[in-house]
Amino acid sequence: MKLLLALARGMLARRRRQTLVSVSGVALGVAFFIAIASLMRGFQTYFVSQIIDVQPHITIKDERRNPLPQAVEIAYPEAAIALNGVKPVDRIRGIRAAGDKIAILEAMPGVAAAPILTGSALLRYGSRDVSATVTGIDPQRYVQVANLGKDMTQGRIEDLRSTANGLIIGVGLAQRLGVVLGDTVNAVSPRGVALQMKIVGIFRTGIVGLDQGQGYSLLKVNQILQDRSNVVNQIVLRLADVTRAETLAREIEARFGDRTESWEEQNANFLNIFVIQNAIMYSVTGAILLVAAFGIYNIISTVVFEKTRDIAILKSLGFTERDIQLLFLLQGLVAGVLGAVLGCVIGTFMIEGLAQVRFGVDAPSGNDRFIMAREWQIYAVASGFAILAAGIAAVIPARRAARLDPVQVVRGAA
Amino acid sequence: MTLLDAEDVTRKLPEGPVLVQGATLSVSGGEFVAITGPSGSGKSSLLYLLGLLDRPSVGRVRLEGRDTTGLSGDALAALRLARLGFVFQFHFLLPEFSALDNVLIPIRRRGVLDERTARARGMELLGMLGLADAAAKLPEQLSGGMRQRVAIARALANDPALLLADEPTGNLDTKNAAAVFDIFAELARSGERAVITVTHDAELAGRATRRIHLVDGRIVSDEGQGAG
Ligand SMILES: Nc1ncnc2c1ncn2[C@@H]1O[C@H](COP(=O)(O)OP(=O)(O)OP(=O)(O)O)[C@@H](O)[C@H]1O
Ligand SMILES: [Mg+2]
Repeated sequence: MKLLLALARGMLARRRRQTLVSVSGVALGVAFFIAIASLMRGFQTYFVSQIIDVQPHITIKDERRNPLPQAVEIAYPEAAIALNGVKPVDRIRGIRAAGDKIAILEAMPGVAAAPILTGSALLRYGSRDVSATVTGIDPQRYVQVANLGKDMTQGRIEDLRSTANGLIIGVGLAQRLGVVLGDTVNAVSPRGVALQMKIVGIFRTGIVGLDQGQGYSLLKVNQILQDRSNVVNQIVLRLADVTRAETLAREIEARFGDRTESWEEQNANFLNIFVIQNAIMYSVTGAILLVAAFGIYNIISTVVFEKTRDIAILKSLGFTERDIQLLFLLQGLVAGVLGAVLGCVIGTFMIEGLAQVRFGVDAPSGNDRFIMAREWQIYAVASGFAILAAGIAAVIPARRAARLDPVQVVRGAA
Repeated sequence: MTLLDAEDVTRKLPEGPVLVQGATLSVSGGEFVAITGPSGSGKSSLLYLLGLLDRPSVGRVRLEGRDTTGLSGDALAALRLARLGFVFQFHFLLPEFSALDNVLIPIRRRGVLDERTARARGMELLGMLGLADAAAKLPEQLSGGMRQRVAIARALANDPALLLADEPTGNLDTKNAAAVFDIFAELARSGERAVITVTHDAELAGRATRRIHLVDGRIVSDEGQGAG
């Protein structure tokens, strides 16, 4: 093995320039992969952490996943039933026995729960009308499940309590309405209730949808505005361990019957986009590595072609076909490893370079730079791919070398 | 002691031509055999068959009493590595390795000697062939005669029972050619080893203890058998 490695090195060293080109090809593929993966992973991780930060980890809703079965369906579970003109029950929507459920949830370790009532309202200030979602909260509980406290730029959540009909709105919403702290807006709900509400706080999450369309009031105040006294239409949860969200959501749904969604389910569209993004990234860098693999195939083929005499003499000296195959496979792997190492170094420089970039604009997300993920796994995947590709590329010429008939060569060479 | 035993060895090409026809011979330790014959008479073909580089279409080759018919390619390679040495008209030294490293290739591949003993053995062989000063030199820094002697040293690296040479002096001047034949004669003299060389030089062939003459793939004469 040591001998084969020495032979491999000697053969590659003779083709230094060509080796350098194919090693550079691999290095470039690896470097781009690392940089792009770091960029995308960084963005995605940031995005997910934002979601986890801003949104509840689990949301229990006042609805059911599937419509309740009809009596006849329960009576004849095997039967084919067609029901016409079924009238939906006109029941008051809301989570039943929300208080009891919250008590059960809060008894679970690592779980914080808060009842809320969300509803839409038209906010009117002067001549401007902006529709918004108003969420009624219990401040004490709500701060345990959301980072509203941290996101406040003006005012405090506690001011909701000390002010009659207080309202906290997002910074974008405040701009659209043209209001500042202390102004009073007129809120009208779809049920026709109108309330004069005073802006007691402004928050900024970095998520445009929330900043431009979300307001918070006391639960009681929103129950009046929505004309749904004592109704809670969601229970939002925050977990100490986010990764448990999906399993816990299923447990809760099974127990209470209310539709329960984890943050993953609620953001499935984004997470699917990430999957597509990653697929694109892997295809692009895969293509680069494919080109690099061709380079390696090319150099090993050239070496095999040029080294027919050496192959012949090694075989006549008693090297087996396996030895010869390994000899050229090793050359591919050496080129692959060199490329991977070089690529990791270049990739690191690219990451640090990208991390220096400043957009100079006040991006709505509050970020003026790329968020790079610096994970060893990225390096490992990139290097692994490169070395694998190099190995596969070398196999074909290596097999050709192994099958070479030494007699044909020694006969021809004089 | 019979080292090599060829029995009715015939080599046909799939396309029809017969390279070697019914060759029967046996070679013992101490023999220095010269194979002669006109160009295209099958000398090289016979040598490759005797050296287990090629397989006969008919007949069998025994090496040190062991029938090699039906052995796998790897088994033949192992026999070549341990028991046979080759020298060709072209030296076939690996250009990127020093003379000593070239000689060490078969020793290292065989892997029975530790690195220090292997190097000592390599130096001993080079010294024996008058190349002690050339050990660290690359093949391109050596003269034609020296390269061929390095190739001989490499062929002897694993102390083979049989040294096979195909026109080893074809690229050498008279003086160097004579030196190579002196070395061969010396190698065979000990009695342990046999040397078989192909040559078209009648004068050099005269130095061998035995001469086999080929015409059209057939052995037409075999003089001096058992001598040496
Ligand atoms: N693969 C092959 N295909 C066709 N003909 C071949 C092949 N190998 C050898 N021959 C022919 O077989 C004959 C014997 O070849 P061989 O090389 O054994 O002769 P030789 O005695 O060594 O000749 P020379 O003195 O020229 O080296 C020659 O006529 C050669 O052209
Ligand atoms: Mg010949």
